[in-house]
Formats: sequence, C-alpha cells, structure tokens
Amino acid sequence: MYSKILILRFPRTEVQKPLVCNLARNFDLVFNILNAGILPRKEGYMVLDLSGTRKNFKEGVQYLKSQGVDVQNASQEVKRDDTTCIQCGACTAVCPTGALSILRPEMTVTFEQQKCSVCELCVPACPPRAMKVRPIRQAFF
Amino acid sequence: MARPVKKTIQEINARIKSGDVVVVTADEMTRIVKDKGAAAAAREIDVVTTGTFAPMCSSGAMINFGHSVPGIKASSVLLNNVPAYGGLAAVDCYIGATEPCLDDPLNKVYPGEFIYGGGHVIQDLVAGKSVYLKATAYGTDCYPNRAVDKKLTLAELPNAVLCNPRNGYQNYNVAVNSTNKTIYTYMGTLKPKMGNANYCSAGELSPLFNDPYYRTIGLGTRIFLGGAVGYVTWHGTQHKPAVARAPNGTPLRPAGTMWVMGDMKLMSPRWLVGVSIQGYGCSMAVGLGVPIPILDEEMARYAGVSDDEIFTQVIDYGEAYPNGHSESLAQVSYADLKSGAITVQGHTIHTVPLSSIVRAREIAGSLKRWIESGEFLLGEPQFTLPMEHVGG
Repeated sequence: MYSKILILRFPRTEVQKPLVCNLARNFDLVFNILNAGILPRKEGYMVLDLSGTRKNFKEGVQYLKSQGVDVQNASQEVKRDDTTCIQCGACTAVCPTGALSILRPEMTVTFEQQKCSVCELCVPACPPRAMKVRPIRQAFF
Repeated sequence: MARPVKKTIQEINARIKSGDVVVVTADEMTRIVKDKGAAAAAREIDVVTTGTFAPMCSSGAMINFGHSVPGIKASSVLLNNVPAYGGLAAVDCYIGATEPCLDDPLNKVYPGEFIYGGGHVIQDLVAGKSVYLKATAYGTDCYPNRAVDKKLTLAELPNAVLCNPRNGYQNYNVAVNSTNKTIYTYMGTLKPKMGNANYCSAGELSPLFNDPYYRTIGLGTRIFLGGAVGYVTWHGTQHKPAVARAPNGTPLRPAGTMWVMGDMKLMSPRWLVGVSIQGYGCSMAVGLGVPIPILDEEMARYAGVSDDEIFTQVIDYGEAYPNGHSESLAQVSYADLKSGAITVQGHTIHTVPLSSIVRAREIAGSLKRWIESGEFLLGEPQFTLPMEHVGG
C-alpha cells in the first residue's frame, strides 16, 4: 500500500472533467479530497490523499499528467516538535481533517501526519507553538 | 464498627519521615474510593496528590537584578524588550506573564500571534538562557546612573521569585461561540455557530476539586510549582467561594483560587511554558500540584471525587460573556467534556481541552514520588483559604 498527499492543479480547460473519479475507476486507487477549489481565473486545485499499490499509483499519476494536470508532492508538511508540545489539545479546535486528535481515555494529543492537509491552521492555534511548517525536499516521482 | 479515622498533618509527616506513608494520585484515589468506600480509603491512604498544567494568567516573577556601578534607580525596565514594572524599588521589578514585547503588532493584524511576552521571558530564564536587560532612569544623587544595558542569566540574578496572584482556578467555564464568525478568546479559537466547546480544567485531578471547602489548603501549604517546591501564600485574586455547589461540595461555576509563590531559581522550563493565545495575547502555562492530606473520611470522600460528579457551565463567549453576562446554556460534567462531545440545546458539540491531562497526571505522579521518598513534607497551613466572601 502506497499513500501520499498530492497537490493537483487543473488548467481551466480541464476543470470540467471527472479526472479524479477515473483514478478510482481505472487505476483502483482510493482517494480522499482534503481541500479543493476553483480560483478566479478558473483553474482548479485539489489536495488529495491518494493510496493504492505502488504500480497503480504511478500509473494514476502518469494519467493525470497526460491530461494536463500539474501534480506535485505537497511541497510543505506540518511537523510537531514533541519537546515543545504540552499535550493540551487546543489544536484540535481548528484541525479540519482530524490529523490532530485526542486519544481517550488517556487524553493524549496525537498527530497523524498522513491525515494532515497542510492547512496550517494549527500553527498559530498552538499555545506553545509546537507545530512547524517545513518544506519537503525529496522528489518522489 | 471501627472507630472513625482522625489524622493530623504532623502524624502524616511522621509517616513520611519513617517511610510508611501511603500516597496515591487523585485519579487513583477516585477508583479506590469507588471500590472500597471512603472510610476504608481514609484508613489506608495518607495523602492524595493532584496536578494541573494549563495557561494561567495572573502569573509572573518578582526579580531583583542587582546594582551595577554606578547604581541606578530604574524607572523603566525591559527584559528581552518586554516591559517589567519597575515602580517597586531601585532594582526590583515584576514581569507579568501576559505582557507582550514592545514591538508586538498586537491585534493590528487580526488575529494577532503574540509570539513573545512575559511568560516567554520567564521560560527563557528558567531554561538558563541569557536575557537582555535594558533599564533607564532619571538619575538621583545616590543612584546617578541613567541607563543600564546588560545580559543576565537566572543564575546571576540576586533574587527571582515566581509570584502568581491567581492560579489553580477551582472550576472554569466551557466556552462556545453562538455568532456567525470565528472568534479568538483566552479560551482558544471558537468556531461559529457553536462549532466547538473549549474547556480548561484537569477535572478530578485539579487541586481545589479534591478539597472543595479548603479544609487543608492555606498559607503555608507546600506544593509542586513550576517543577520545584512552592507554597500557597494567600487566597488568589477573584477567590469566590460562595457559589452554587453540588452535594459533593464541588462548585458548579468558577470559585476558589490560590496565590502561590516559589523560588524561580529551582524551577524548570518544562513546567513554566510561555504560551501565545491567538488573537488574545501572551500567557504562561504553569505546572501546579497540591498534596491533599486525608485527615478523615470526609477528606477521603472529597479527594475521591470523579469527573462524572464535577459539573460546570457552558457560556457563550460570542455574545453573553463580552457583555458581562454569564447565563449558562447548559450544565455539563467533566466526564461529558472528556468524552469528546457535549449536548447543548439539542446540538452535539465537539469538545476541546486546553488543560493538559497528560501533564497534570505527570505532576501528581512527581509529587507522589517526592512524598514517598521522604524529601517533601506536608506544610501545615497557618490558616486555610476563606470560605466566606472576601471582597470584590
């Protein structure tokens, strides 16, 4: 099982096409849309958590590229500095994807990075400022 | 029928010295009292340790920064560009946790970030970092110096005393926002239309929930403060014991508070943490733990209180609170709050803790080990926190 968060940018000519749906139908990939929108000049963007076998994943990404979609690895990621985190839970007020959540009954604050959509809302909401945005350097496809 | 248990603090201290003392944390005590009853628990247990770790405004440090040559009567004092109040004496000042640094944009770009303030200065000092002092003065015959600029570390300061006029609130509101826009409060970010409910108490681990009528806590009570030994020195500001209470004695609204002090030189940056509350300001999270002596069955029953028997009120911070009203939208228990969702007027609302239960448990555990090792004796209060109204 291979899973990555991708940022897709659709040219205005392609936004009407059900490209993401085809990832599931033709490439047996599972997707979860973390964020999406249409910009003023009609280009679309989408933050997608995509998973499947490595082979299907690669072919799916090739398919998107062949349709004119710009595919990027989420160029930034949010990391938690566990020595700074005080395990309070204030971040769970703003986290839209549930990447930051409370483990009950222990009341431990957990951060599952694979669920993170890099919306960055937690960064200023964290009282001791334990959440950091970092660039991701490595290329992966 | 066994005779009722009666113990004194001196007797418990003798047991601490002899190594026979039995100490449990407040959450362990909850289970013990549930399983065995308060009378058996009182016979078995000598001390219950509590803990809380959360942003606590009304915290700060009294600092004497020592005389330079020639001397100065400092009238304006900055520590890492955060103003400290200097109107106490020539080289004494008080740095408060909520003071932002001078060039902070505050809420001009809303919501402000409040990256650095007095709480951060205190954390930097206890972390051993050097802090930049800038003092100015008008100059006198005895203290002619008009400006001092120097780097200081905590070790170099003649005196540094943590002095928090209000810590350890006995209960606190649950905050929701009924308006149509997100608001940024001292209770954290509140999403519109009651999108979340924020609360800030350690519940059954919180010190004053375990001694609701302050039978054992007062001037001289020795406590865990900022990772070191501290003391309760007075009732805290806004101490308001005369509120409605549940049959078990716990208040249904914010009630008692403690004024606490301790030698900052012994404290740790793990337990004094500068915090930035988006759109509101700076503050400091303070680690605080109070040992509760189990003098009799009644104290065992108090210290055995559990989250499902402690209640608080849901308050609208969008409309009511800013206008000075405190109508309750609902009464909920800490068990409800810790479950992750509460129901207010038919709506299910996701709950968000601001007080760290993980760290509160760690404090109660540390205090338990200190007492078991014999190094920490219980302080006998000269008088206990008042139960009657004390002005304000």
